Amino acid sequence: MEPINKITSVITPLDRKNVDTDQIISKEFLKRIERTGFGRFLFYHWRFDEQGNENPDFVLNKPEYKGSHILVAQDNFGCGSSREHAPWAILDYGFRVVIAPSFADIFHNNCFKNGILPIKLTEEECDEILSKGLNAPYSVDVNLEEQTVTGEDGKVFNFNIDPYYKEMLLNGWDEIALTFKYEDKISEYEAKRIAF
Amino acid sequence: MMAKNIIEKIWDTHIVHQEEGKPDLLYIDLHLIHEVTSPQAFEGLRLAGRKVRRPDLCFATMDHNVPTKNLPTINDPIAKKQIMTLAENAKEFGIELADIGHPDQGIVHVIGPELGLTQPGKTIVCGDSHTSTHGAFGALAFGIGTSEVEHVLSTQTLWQNKPKTMEIRVNGQLGVGVTAKDIILAIIAKWGIGVGTGHIVEYTGDAIRSLTMEERMTICNMSIEAGAKAGLISPDEKTVEFLRDRRHAPKGEKFEEAAAYWLSLASDPGASYDVFLEIDAEEIEPIVTWGTNPSMGTGISKTVPTSDQYESESDKQALKKALAYMGLEEGQPIESIEIQHVFIGSCTNSRLSDLKAAASIIEGKKIHPGVRGIVVPGSWSTKKAAEEEGLDKIFLDAGFEWRESGCSACLGMNEDTIPAGERCASTSNRNFEGRQGAGARTHLVSPAMAAAAAIEGHFVDVRKYVQQAQEV
Ligand code: SF4
Repeated sequence: MEPINKITSVITPLDRKNVDTDQIISKEFLKRIERTGFGRFLFYHWRFDEQGNENPDFVLNKPEYKGSHILVAQDNFGCGSSREHAPWAILDYGFRVVIAPSFADIFHNNCFKNGILPIKLTEEECDEILSKGLNAPYSVDVNLEEQTVTGEDGKVFNFNIDPYYKEMLLNGWDEIALTFKYEDKISEYEAKRIAF
Repeated sequence: MMAKNIIEKIWDTHIVHQEEGKPDLLYIDLHLIHEVTSPQAFEGLRLAGRKVRRPDLCFATMDHNVPTKNLPTINDPIAKKQIMTLAENAKEFGIELADIGHPDQGIVHVIGPELGLTQPGKTIVCGDSHTSTHGAFGALAFGIGTSEVEHVLSTQTLWQNKPKTMEIRVNGQLGVGVTAKDIILAIIAKWGIGVGTGHIVEYTGDAIRSLTMEERMTICNMSIEAGAKAGLISPDEKTVEFLRDRRHAPKGEKFEEAAAYWLSLASDPGASYDVFLEIDAEEIEPIVTWGTNPSMGTGISKTVPTSDQYESESDKQALKKALAYMGLEEGQPIESIEIQHVFIGSCTNSRLSDLKAAASIIEGKKIHPGVRGIVVPGSWSTKKAAEEEGLDKIFLDAGFEWRESGCSACLGMNEDTIPAGERCASTSNRNFEGRQGAGARTHLVSPAMAAAAAIEGHFVDVRKYVQQAQEV
């Protein structure tokens, strides 16, 4: 996993709430057995029409947001299925940070395992960033160490993050390798586990 | 001793390691595996040269991609590859597999309970959000992503922050023709799809106690649609009786010992929760969803909402977007919505009692000429049991197709999709845009409501049918 600390980019304002994982990555793209290459399918049915042409009104297709690494949305982002193909698609497309007022639990977990930083700001703060970004391209600096999002206009937003996941992202740790340090404890537990 | 709820009891007995500033390291008792969310996890193991720590605590099956007719032919080459990959992985790592055509095969959340793998007090995970289904037995069961699947395969543990707890109490008793599906749809309609975020829900109350195990599974199944990490119900005698003599359940004296332990897990009287919600069963009527998420639903006697019922601009916009996708008008009566498809299946409503409920409405009738209906039993053994009772004949005589088990049109990964712009009365759990096929319009309902809609060609109040049947 690629470590993450500072990211500076124009934000992509996805002004919707309850963006579900079926929209992020549609089921017809879940049959692959690889982890990579999902970026071109991200938000497929919003991005492309039935003929496969780009829908010019959809935010990802607007030239001013191309190359953005930061996605901003509304409440309950990533709800629905557990498919990790959703964060894989987001990452593969080029996003490293998703900002929203709240995230669905499984999606939120999946982000940390893939080096994506999910940032929770308040609804008002997200609205503010969204409306700035919708108005004109709006660039922000994300600093994980400092736990801040700083707008190009100098506006600073602070966020909280679980210290364990913060370390994991900053260092790009492999969680399984970490857990292997507790192998003795796992064996100890297994010896006295309640099982029928 | 302090009164504990079942969530705390199960959590506390599964802590392998606990340390300030870190999530808890939890032991996992049962890991269910299917073909879509596992290939990258097995590949990860291979690349790192790691083993599966406890293949004996894993169980795999194929469900998402499998065709439900003309087996064993799989036309889609990519699906076929995914299915074969699981078979190879199961073999390589020594994991028991219910392959296509195997008598144990079925939707992973249907076969876990059938085989007696699902038991009270277990921690159960699967790379699938509807793992919450197993909570009906008083297990702590939740969906995980593929990286976590890999983590469980190699360590049999997961790092987990302790979620908050929520009690949802359903008081009183359900009316005739109102089902478990309507309870959970009513809960989600009332409090929204984010109400459970960050929480594990325990369902309590007289209405829940009265439900059968299969009905309890329907409720717990859709906990994720309320945003909850998991949903569960404290075990009781029904739980114990359901498990007696199941293949993977303990036998003889060991069973009695297990049963005593299971019953001891029920929440203590006076146990507390971070959040408490309550609803009266009497106020629930059969529900139909009209929108593009499971909270957009209302009673069959009602109408599609109008924008003046919402305060915030974003809610008004959400309504407009949903209705545009669904091709519905504000204020339109629910009963006026015409359907072209009926899907009876999915891990929410494909068990024997669901098929019986639908068959009892259909029996002796024909489905509407404008409607195409398919019935997809949740497992091979459910299908067999239904055939032994002659349910297949009832459905076939009425004009339904009778299929092999799998996820099918719940998510349309195989050929079973709904064409763009057409409407489906579906017993599944998600009505997201494109869920059943690009442009498809999904209305979530109970099996009985789906059956009644199949006959009439539009939604109707199934209570009329049930009453008629009772008068005869
Ligand atoms: S039936 Fe539907 S919800 Fe259930 S596991 Fe299959 S795809 Fe998921």
